Parts: sequence; C-alpha cells; structure tokens
Amino acid sequence: MKPTIDGFYGNFGGAFVPEMLHKNVEELKNNYLRILSADAYKTELADLLKNYVGRPTPLYKAVNLSKKYNTNVYLKREDLNHTGAHKINNALGQILLAKKMGKTSIIAETGAGQHGVATATACALFGLPCKVFMGELDIERQAPNVARMKMLGAEVIPALSGSRTLKDATNEAIRYWIANPDTYYLIGSVVGPHPYPDLVARLQAVISKEIKGQLSAENNIENPDYVIACVGGGSNAAGAFYHFIDNEDVKLVAVEAAGEGVHSGKSAATFQLGSLGVIHGNQTLVMQTSEGQIIEPFSISAGLDYPGIGPMLAELLSSKRCIGLDATDKEALEAAKLLTEQEGIIPALESAHAIAALEKIEFKPTDVVVINLSGRGDKDMATYMKYVKNEN
Amino acid sequence: MKTRIEQVFKQDKDLLNIFITAGYPQINSLPNIAKELINQGVDVLEIGMPYSDPLADGEVIQEASSIALNNGITINKIFGQVVEIRRMSDSIPLILMGYFNQLLQVGVEEFLKKSKKSGVDGLIIPDLPVEVYLSGYKELFEQYGIKISFLITPQTSEERIKMLDKTCTSFLYIVSDNSLTGTSSDGFNKEQLAYFKRIKALELSSPTMIGFGISSKNMVVEANKYADGAIIGSAYIEAIRTNEGVKFIEMLTS
Repeated sequence: MKPTIDGFYGNFGGAFVPEMLHKNVEELKNNYLRILSADAYKTELADLLKNYVGRPTPLYKAVNLSKKYNTNVYLKREDLNHTGAHKINNALGQILLAKKMGKTSIIAETGAGQHGVATATACALFGLPCKVFMGELDIERQAPNVARMKMLGAEVIPALSGSRTLKDATNEAIRYWIANPDTYYLIGSVVGPHPYPDLVARLQAVISKEIKGQLSAENNIENPDYVIACVGGGSNAAGAFYHFIDNEDVKLVAVEAAGEGVHSGKSAATFQLGSLGVIHGNQTLVMQTSEGQIIEPFSISAGLDYPGIGPMLAELLSSKRCIGLDATDKEALEAAKLLTEQEGIIPALESAHAIAALEKIEFKPTDVVVINLSGRGDKDMATYMKYVKNEN
Repeated sequence: MKTRIEQVFKQDKDLLNIFITAGYPQINSLPNIAKELINQGVDVLEIGMPYSDPLADGEVIQEASSIALNNGITINKIFGQVVEIRRMSDSIPLILMGYFNQLLQVGVEEFLKKSKKSGVDGLIIPDLPVEVYLSGYKELFEQYGIKISFLITPQTSEERIKMLDKTCTSFLYIVSDNSLTGTSSDGFNKEQLAYFKRIKALELSSPTMIGFGISSKNMVVEANKYADGAIIGSAYIEAIRTNEGVKFIEMLTS
C-alpha cells in the first residue's frame, strides 16, 4: 500500500511540519526511494538482517493454543530478533539510509524502549552518536531497556512534559531535530511526516514477506485467513499486513490498547476514540478535545500508549479493510500469562494485546491464524511479577 | 483602504511585536496586558493560543501554555478577549499564533470567520506548510480577509524564500536561529547577522520581522537594521512571570 506523492493514504498522512523542518523532510523524501531500491543498499541490509538480526524469524505453529481455540494458530516470532523485537528491522534500514545521506548523528524517540534499544544497537554497530528521548514514566516502567540503551552508549534524555510517555518523547525528539537540523531523526513507527510512514512500513514489510513464504514453503498454505497484530503507532501491524493488503481473502486485525476500558477515560484506543487531527506532522486519527488539545492516553503497555495512529493504519481501519479490536490492560496481562503457560513464551506487553484477540474472534477449525509476536517480555518482568503477586 | 498590517509597516520607525500567551498568568490576564502594551507603544500584538503539544515552541512558552490550559483558557474565550482588545485600539494589528490542529477542530472556515468578527488581522500557524495553505486554504483566508505569515529559517533556500514572500499576505517571520530555547546571550552572532543581511539583500516585497531569542533593546535595534521589526516572546513571558512586564517594555522602548 503506497501513499500518494504528498504522502496521503486516503484522508490520512501528509507532512504538516514547521518551516524549520522543511529542508530535512524534503531531503529525506527526495532520497529514500532511490537509496532503498539501490542494489548495494539492499545487499547490505539483507546481510545484516540475516547474520546480525537472525532473520528469517520462525513462523511457529502454536500447538497448544491451536488446540485450545480449535483452530490453527501460528506465531511470527519477531521476539526472537536480536534486541528482542521487530524494531531492529527498521532501525538498521534507516541507519544505512542515514549513512548514505551523509548524516553523522542520530536521534530517536521510544515508548517501551524497544525502538530505543534497536537504534542504540544500530548506532553502536555503525559508530554513530545516539540520543534517545523517552518519557519519564516510561523510563521508570521499562528500566531494563534504559540500562541496555546506556550500555550501548546512547544518551537517554527524559521527556518531562505532558503524560511523560511516547507522545511527549516524540515532541522532544522533534524539538531537538528543529534545533539541530543536521542530525538524522530515526522514527520508530509508521508515524510522523511523510515519508516516514512509508519508509518504516517498507522496512517492516519483511515480516509479511516472510510469513507468506513460510506458509507456502513449510506448510503448503497459500494465504492465511487472519493476520493479527497489536497497534500503537502501528509499525509491527504495517509490517505484518503489508504484503496481504491487496488480498481481500486475508482478514487483517489490529488490536489497540484499551487501558482500563475504552470509555474509562484511561485508554489508548485511538481508532475508537480519535477524530481527524494533526499530530507529529501527519493528519490522522487523534484522541483530542473539541478544541484540538491532545488527550493524554493511558495503557499499561508503554509501546501502545499513544494518542495517534499511523496514517496507513488509520486508512485501513476507516475503510474497513482492517478489523479494529481492543484489549484492556487486564486482558493483555491474562493473554501474556496464557501464552507463557501454554507455549513457554513470555511476550512483550504490547504483543500480549494481539494474543488477547484469540478470545474475541470465533475461528473455524480450518482457519489459519497468524499472530505477529512483535517482541519478548524480558523488559516487562517487573509488571508481570506484580500482576502474578496480586493474583495469588 | 490599507489594512492595519499595511499601515503599521508604512511607518518609518523601528517596530516592536510582542508575543503573549492567552490565559497566562491568569485566565483573564490578556486584555489588561494588551492594554499596557498598547499604552507603552508596542506596534504589533501576537497572541498565542495555548496548545497541548506546541512543537515549535521553547520551554518558556510551553510552560506558559500549559499553565494557561490549566487555567481553563479556550479558543472562544480568546476570541472574546480579542474583541475587548480591539475596542481599546482600532489600529494595532492583532495576530493569532497557534497550531493547525486547533483550526481543524474548530473548522478552518469557522475559525477564520470568528477571527474576522473579533478583529484579528492575521495568523501564524507554524505547522501549516505553505503547500497545504496554497492547495487547500488560500481562498478561504482571502474570503475572510485574514492575512497569513510564513516562517523563514537559516535553512530556507533562496528559491523557497521568494515563493514564501509571494504567498505571504502579512509579514514574513524571520526565525533568527533554529534553537527553540527562547533566550540567548545579549546580541546576535556573526552567522546570524550574515543571514539577516542575505535576507535583506533579497529586497522582498513582504515586510519582515525577526524573532526567536530576542531579549534586549540592543537586539531590537539591531533586528530593525535588517528587517522591518523585532518580535519578542519568551523574554516577555519571563518578565511577566516575575511581574516585570511593564518595566521590561520600558527598557525596550526607552
């Protein structure tokens, strides 16, 4: 799914940036497609993904979950990537792009810290200085990832404004970029001004490309019936859906974070609560007041705690090409527990939202259901331990 | 008939544009502050509409915006306060500065209509790119007679500056440098002066005002050598915070 020349997917997208960022965004827009399609770039990235990241990631048939739900559940094991999530696919792709564009320093925003770790890792590998902006609240709740970023040599800068989460980290990263236009802003999701949503979607599209190949080669299955992914900004969903979008036989399911309940006032269910607005340089669905003030989102999962949604996902959901579901904090915690007990896999809290969809859809015994397990749960152990303790 | 903006730039004198966040420090402070500024001879008033996520603002204005929103300021209240200010002076240009999402939610046409009705002369919307303005909103702005400013930065190419100049219907906002910190040491550096000279040499048709990081009389005088005026925001908000707004303007205009 490609945007228009101005970066629009239907009514969503575009580049609403202050004049201070015009040159940077324009430079990226004029170069990214050329660089991404160059043979040397493709070879270098493919090599890194294979030998450094460990791709292709397995497509594992979850036998116990399949039995429990009387269907065929496959997990795309993005959690087995180096650094523990799908974020590294994008970070490496963009760092190669930044190098080709002659950039010498990198900044990034992060929510759960997975994109921050992936970026810090890529910067360590290529010897580039790295600053990661992270909400103060997220620094507290994702401490292991903060320690990893620091050990990898990145400077972690706390965002102290607003709800002190991903939205605010993104604001601070953009402000730093305005003040330091020579730096390269390595955005972690399919958000931001055009061409970032398209750029990140292309770099994550490797997920759906592999799913397609693995279903057909290893399982003799032409197409899945469902592809399910969690969505905050939407990068793992965009990647898992990408090569299936034009095939209407494949049902795409995006699970957003409902926090304490969609209408509880403490939620990050942007598709259900949002209206058309502008956030972080693109026009999309935004949780906001009638006067356009952004509403602070809420989710137990730092990676989904975002009041917007990538423009491509907004279009897929609005046009009903994609089914929108939600999972509450509690449902996500239960899903994490279930996956751990049934399959011996501890998922990231974000990915647990996708697992929670198993309870919400009536599958046929013949259905092939692919869930993108976008990340692993090491970073969430403190939250999980607290939950287990409260339960017993 | 010349517009208020045209009238003010016709004068052969140094011009001072003061930015003030609506709803700060108290929800109803704006009309009183404006009254003082008008009495003290400030030439243009720029009124900031507080926004939850002000990407193009430095810390001082972010903080003021956040306090103003907590005070309960709304866009309708701001328009009401603008009406009061317009009653105090029929000649001073009143410029609203805000973010595009605020216009989108009110409805761009409704926003322009309300602006006109309450006596606003122009808008500065940093995250409304000139391309989007041209393709989607130019006619509406013209229909309601609301003028628009565009920003020029040290990175803006000459070709683009000329395009912005042609499209601008108010004054061009020359961003003195990209850092959003809002304050600076006293005086512009060599690179900044070279940049101002470069802009001046283009002999643009729109009036120009230099803003960002201006905090002293010296800098106001200097800015007026290269442009048609100076804009002060953060330094004035700081002065208000410490109850020294009047004294600060006296210092600038003495």
